Amino acid sequence: MPAITDAAHEQTFRRFLDAHLDQEMLRFTTAGSVDDGKSTLIGRLLHDTKSVYEDQLASIRASRVNRAGAGQVDLSLLTDGLKAEREQGITIDVAYRYFSTSKRKFIIADTPGHEQYTRNMATGASTADVAIVLIDAKAFAKLGTLLPQSRRHTYIASLLRIPHVVAAVNKMDIVDWSEELFAQISAEYTALATKLGLPSVEIIPLSALTGDNVVEPSTHMSWYSGRTLLDYLETVPLQTSSPRSEPFRFPVQLVVRPNADFRGFGGRVERGEVHPGMAVRALPSGRTTRVKSIVTFDGELKSATAPRSVTLELEDEIDLSRGEMLVAEETAEPSTATAFRAMVVWMHEAPLLPGATYLLKHTVRTVRATVRGLNYRVEVSTADHIPATQLGMNDIAEVVFDTSLPLFFDPYATNREMGAFILIDPLSNATVGAGMILAASEEAAAADAPSLSTPTSGPTLFCLPSREEAAQMLTTLAGRGVRVISLDGEKIVAAALPSVLHAVALAGVAAAVTSRSDFDLRTVDASSLIQGMSAAASWLEKSR
Amino acid sequence: MLNLADIPDTAADALNTRLNHLQALEAESLYILREAVAEFARPVMLYSIGKDSSVMLRLAQKAFYPGPIPFPLLHVDTSYKFPEMISFRDNYAKEIGAELIVHRNEQAIADGASPWKLGTQNCCGALKTRALLDALEAGGFDAAFGGARRDEEKSRAKERVYSFRDSAGQWDPKNQRPELWSLYNSRLRKGESIRVFPLSNWTELDIWLYLYSEQIPIVPLYFAEDRMAVVRGGSITLVHEGVKLLPHERPEPMRVRMRSLGCAPCTGAIRSEADTLPKIIEELITFRRSERENRAIDHDEEGSMETKKREGYF
Repeated sequence: MPAITDAAHEQTFRRFLDAHLDQEMLRFTTAGSVDDGKSTLIGRLLHDTKSVYEDQLASIRASRVNRAGAGQVDLSLLTDGLKAEREQGITIDVAYRYFSTSKRKFIIADTPGHEQYTRNMATGASTADVAIVLIDAKAFAKLGTLLPQSRRHTYIASLLRIPHVVAAVNKMDIVDWSEELFAQISAEYTALATKLGLPSVEIIPLSALTGDNVVEPSTHMSWYSGRTLLDYLETVPLQTSSPRSEPFRFPVQLVVRPNADFRGFGGRVERGEVHPGMAVRALPSGRTTRVKSIVTFDGELKSATAPRSVTLELEDEIDLSRGEMLVAEETAEPSTATAFRAMVVWMHEAPLLPGATYLLKHTVRTVRATVRGLNYRVEVSTADHIPATQLGMNDIAEVVFDTSLPLFFDPYATNREMGAFILIDPLSNATVGAGMILAASEEAAAADAPSLSTPTSGPTLFCLPSREEAAQMLTTLAGRGVRVISLDGEKIVAAALPSVLHAVALAGVAAAVTSRSDFDLRTVDASSLIQGMSAAASWLEKSR
Repeated sequence: MLNLADIPDTAADALNTRLNHLQALEAESLYILREAVAEFARPVMLYSIGKDSSVMLRLAQKAFYPGPIPFPLLHVDTSYKFPEMISFRDNYAKEIGAELIVHRNEQAIADGASPWKLGTQNCCGALKTRALLDALEAGGFDAAFGGARRDEEKSRAKERVYSFRDSAGQWDPKNQRPELWSLYNSRLRKGESIRVFPLSNWTELDIWLYLYSEQIPIVPLYFAEDRMAVVRGGSITLVHEGVKLLPHERPEPMRVRMRSLGCAPCTGAIRSEADTLPKIIEELITFRRSERENRAIDHDEEGSMETKKREGYF
């Protein structure tokens, strides 16, 4: 290697360095069924962009496992990291890979395609700018239609609002590079994309095994004049809306107070831009003040845009702590609500049940959230809505939540970071679900009026025919960590239930169990009661 | 680094407000560091003295500025580290005013634990993994920042930013919490802990570019210099008091540097003329071999890093 010996060389290199420092970063995720060849495709991208070191190649050449066939290097081994995967030949968890070209730096979230691992695809999709959905041309030729998993992966990409989707039609080498088959796949995929309302879709015929149209243009498919996969990844526009045109959102992560002279608020600008002198409002207090300075280790800034992490000093001493939020006084405020509808991806073996209470983390704010009800479940391979009473592992549904404290949010469709949340089981501490807020709940808006009949975050009422069943339900709910209370049917008449439930709600209790034979719905006009009861009745049905 | 504050307003307006990749990585790391400090009772930073630790330490200074770093640094000293590393560690911690905890498995060291006697797997097990788990328990730490990057090694590619460890400090790759957006789950039961990796998305090149653009001090062993060394089993071993010479070995001066820093007996040097950061970066760009290749401990058997991680290695 030539050493840098003179000033001219050094100057050339500094120019290269500056250009490299100025690169953009693109995050993409890959989804495909078992045997679609995802790992091979990523291995091919890494190999052909010269992102694989010689010793890594030597190590996969020497590996005991080789599924690529005699004489060929099994490129999928570059990404199949864990022992269990090498033994079973499938990718079992999200793996992150990195490479860069002269144009961009790339982060790949490689996610498994097996149906039971939907949660992993959602994980990879949550931060992606682009989704690559693998379609196996050979399987399509055999079935005459897209595999259900391909539809499922495309739906998840649309649900997680990945800005761009590219369908990589793989194994074209096995189907004799057939233009006709590709046209069929294209037509069916375009129809699916239109149905799901995907804003940006590209369809590329390729072979991960031979490398055609991955990095180098294919010599076998002269009928295709479009971009190669790498061309696409290097040129697809990144988010086009400027943070300057967005409303400012700043969730407070921590208060920085090293001494009596300094009090700042550390956090990440989630949307928009902030500059000294800007008028800001604190949520939930509503207090207003101005930004005095944007403090960083590298000096004060004249402005900071999303997603920069900074510390803000304010003109006035206002009450503000972790989990609260600063927004621009002039622009649209986020929704503030204790009830909202959201799409939920369930990720745990134990089902999500109406009435159950979870910890909900949204931005840097953690609250208790109770499932008020399920509006519908999505049949992912057809995108149809079907009724549901509970959610199992990998189910996706629209769920209504009530929270113990208000959240400050924008719909997920408007901004991912301001609309996303996770659900945590308060007993096991497992992350059990991921959610995307649609809107504040309409019923909750009515509840803001001072009416006793609809408590702001009503507990779910479980009404059971016998005392024995009520006792059993009480034990079950308590065992699941739900804060639950028993209402004695002989002492509290049905007509008094709404006001009793209101008091129970204020005490932060998530569910009430009662047993009564005289219960008459006509005397109770609280929609939350009816919802809770029907859900409880059908849940009981299932558990019998 | 490109800083909007340094540019006149009119020019800044013309610039796309999107952050370049190093600014984006820095912003993400600061967010992770702050989130962990806000949510854990007693965090600690595992400080290995290497280049990644140097970047992580600078990010910690930035995250809590103008306040001090709100957690101690923990160095697990195997007694086999290069002397230059130890002096750098002590001077630098003092210079930036950080609290430094040094922990050694004194029993194993007294018993003569060495890679020659135990093999690299067992030597790491006693002097690194066991020592680390003991130090974390002794300090009552519920979260430990580590400088590991996902691009280093295949099993690390699957790590979460928050890596859950059971009460024995062990990693179960099949039982990791799903991690979406930047919403990290910090909930723990007594005895459980989380390893937090703020540099998860950084690559080796990103680290060097950041060291350069931020002018961060690193151990001089990273820079090429004439050093006494022997060629042993295909790799270059630096000669100093901690390394036993074999009967036939005759040390000679070689122009070498370290690409990654570990224990002296198990970390090889590379021949290089790169004695400045730009030269190292230029060398890296034309390099065709991975950075951990010179680390004997990763290669004793296929999947050995995964085995170590399951046992509690970070």
